[in-house]
Amino acid sequence: MKIAFTAKGTDWDSQMDPRFGRTEYILVYDDEKETFESFDNRDIENEAHGAGPKTSQKLFELGAQVLITGNGPGGNAATVLQKAGVKSFIGAGGMNVKEAYKAYKNNELKEF
Amino acid sequence: MKEIVIISGKGGTGKTSYTASISVLAGKDAIVADCDVDAADMHLLMKPVVEKSENFYSGVVAEIDPDKCTNCGICTEKCRFNAIPVINDQHIISSLNCEGCGYCEKVCPVEAIQMNEMNVGDWYISNTKVDNTMVHARLGIGAENSGKLVAKVKNEAKQLAEETNKHYIIVDGSPGIGCPVVSSLSGANYVVLVTEPSVSGLHDLKRVYELVDKFNLKAGCIINKSDINPEVTNEILDFLKKESIEHIVSLPYNENFTKAMTNGQTIVEYDQGELRDAIVQSWEKVKELVEE
Amino acid sequence: MKIAIASGKGGTGKTTLSTNLSVLLSETERVVLTDLDVEEPNSGLFIKGDLKSEEIKYKMIPEWKEDTCTLCGECQKNCNFHAVIQLGPQIMVFPELCHSCFACSELCPTNSLPMQAQRMGTIKEYQYRQMAFVESCLDIGQEQAVPLIGQTNEYVNQKFDEDYIMIFDAPPGTSCPVIEATKDVDYVILVTEPTPFGLHDLKLAVETMKELKKDYGVVINRYGLGNDDVIDYCKEENVTVLAKIPNSRKVAEIYSKGKLIYNEIPEIKEQFLKLKEFILTRKKEFVQ
Repeated sequence: MKIAFTAKGTDWDSQMDPRFGRTEYILVYDDEKETFESFDNRDIENEAHGAGPKTSQKLFELGAQVLITGNGPGGNAATVLQKAGVKSFIGAGGMNVKEAYKAYKNNELKEF
Repeated sequence: MKEIVIISGKGGTGKTSYTASISVLAGKDAIVADCDVDAADMHLLMKPVVEKSENFYSGVVAEIDPDKCTNCGICTEKCRFNAIPVINDQHIISSLNCEGCGYCEKVCPVEAIQMNEMNVGDWYISNTKVDNTMVHARLGIGAENSGKLVAKVKNEAKQLAEETNKHYIIVDGSPGIGCPVVSSLSGANYVVLVTEPSVSGLHDLKRVYELVDKFNLKAGCIINKSDINPEVTNEILDFLKKESIEHIVSLPYNENFTKAMTNGQTIVEYDQGELRDAIVQSWEKVKELVEE
Repeated sequence: MKIAIASGKGGTGKTTLSTNLSVLLSETERVVLTDLDVEEPNSGLFIKGDLKSEEIKYKMIPEWKEDTCTLCGECQKNCNFHAVIQLGPQIMVFPELCHSCFACSELCPTNSLPMQAQRMGTIKEYQYRQMAFVESCLDIGQEQAVPLIGQTNEYVNQKFDEDYIMIFDAPPGTSCPVIEATKDVDYVILVTEPTPFGLHDLKLAVETMKELKKDYGVVINRYGLGNDDVIDYCKEENVTVLAKIPNSRKVAEIYSKGKLIYNEIPEIKEQFLKLKEFILTRKKEFVQ
């Protein structure tokens, strides 16, 4: 299963980005293959509106099934994620990616 | 680093006066971000000296190259916004009407139209009178605040806070419930709602809290001018209790708010009495709440 | 004659002025008040009339036809607002982000995105004493005020003849909705406060009016507070100060209860009567 994180950097020790639509990076961990990839999302800075749906679409293209983030996606983004079959977990804004993954594994994050 | 966002939903509740007051109290511990770009008034109290300024681009607007244009009229026919009138037999773009959809560019048979990025204003990094750094912006006429501009202002503030090891980012949030306020709230550690006991104040408080709640953010409320209408104040208190929103403080109707502003001062500089004390205490409380 | 009441920022007393002025005018004139602050229509909190008619307003948005779509992805490329997104084997449309430009629909090679009417808000007309009151309200979740403001203007133009004094309560600020709300009016009243915030926002509003080449004047609300900088500015810029509504705690109290103020405090009524006289003189000139 592919798990996506919104983050401010590109590795396990990076701080989470609490924002969803305008997150700087998307990190994807495949817990079956144990692969870890990072995707630069900083282009989103150029979008005046509609950042949420755009980032959601990216998540879909990356094949993520789970999203771990901080504040939770806004209305439009939530609709896309739902259609894309991505489950969202929120409340990991203050953690680093490693801690966020642990919290998710221990069922400590709230499902959006 | 903790990000505190102050929002109100409706104008005229004293949000900016309060934000400037706690920015003065926080002093060097804080970076201040003014995201209320539609009515960016905080600089009038914080007296920032601009150290860096940059143009801000958002959205696109069409431009017709008159040398290439054959005046075939397809663009005018397709434009749903009456943004391409014909003046002196020449098709031109009325930029105030142009929505930036780019339809005209796509249908032009001779590629005479291009979409240009629009310079809609400037953003600044400044040093305020109490020596904290402030990030703010100014929009031109007809330009709208956007999630993009708010994100820009907040990102700059965050970066500065990290570089200079500041503990607080104090954000004057955008009004309404649209994209800019979503962007203002995104990434907040604590939200301060400033309201007043009027029928419209309560109505707008409820609307904006829906967003705060959806984002699962911790929030507290300041009831300004609370003695104007005790009945509505009680309704607000009931609402806070029901939603488990911390009631930070009730402030009285006090013309020192305006007098301070007229002096170009924050309340905590102008008032040396109970009003100042109440605001100082509220800031101490917010500092505790944000760490919880 | 059409008059818009506007202000650079919220909370200066724009709604207070529009509601009180309209009701006062309607004692002797034919008046229609229209609330164009469609995102936060608050005039209705002060004017509780009898509902006479209600119209649902629509905007055009594309609707995806799955059976004819070839998933070529053109629509997504043609939308500058991210309102159309392709998600694997499906196309999603976000009505709130859609600007109704028709590009995705008309440029679709298989006509799989026909434009359909979608509800965006309501226009309600009330009768309050002698006055007609039109309230226009965006549905929750709708973000674009401009099309509904345009349709509300059309509604008022069709229903009421030139003989009416038409007062429009405009949205706050200096962005597109204000421009839409004021572009067809004959006169704009800018409401401000005699404070540095008020002055700063008034200057922006005045710049906007100059850009739109509008005839305008200023009403200073909460006069007596703050300082004379607004008055000095108006003098320097040759801007007419139409009225100065005195500051009073009592006004704030009456306002907080959702009541009209003009009949409660004599000094305030005096200023409203002054405004009324100004408007009636203007109207005479206008008719000629």
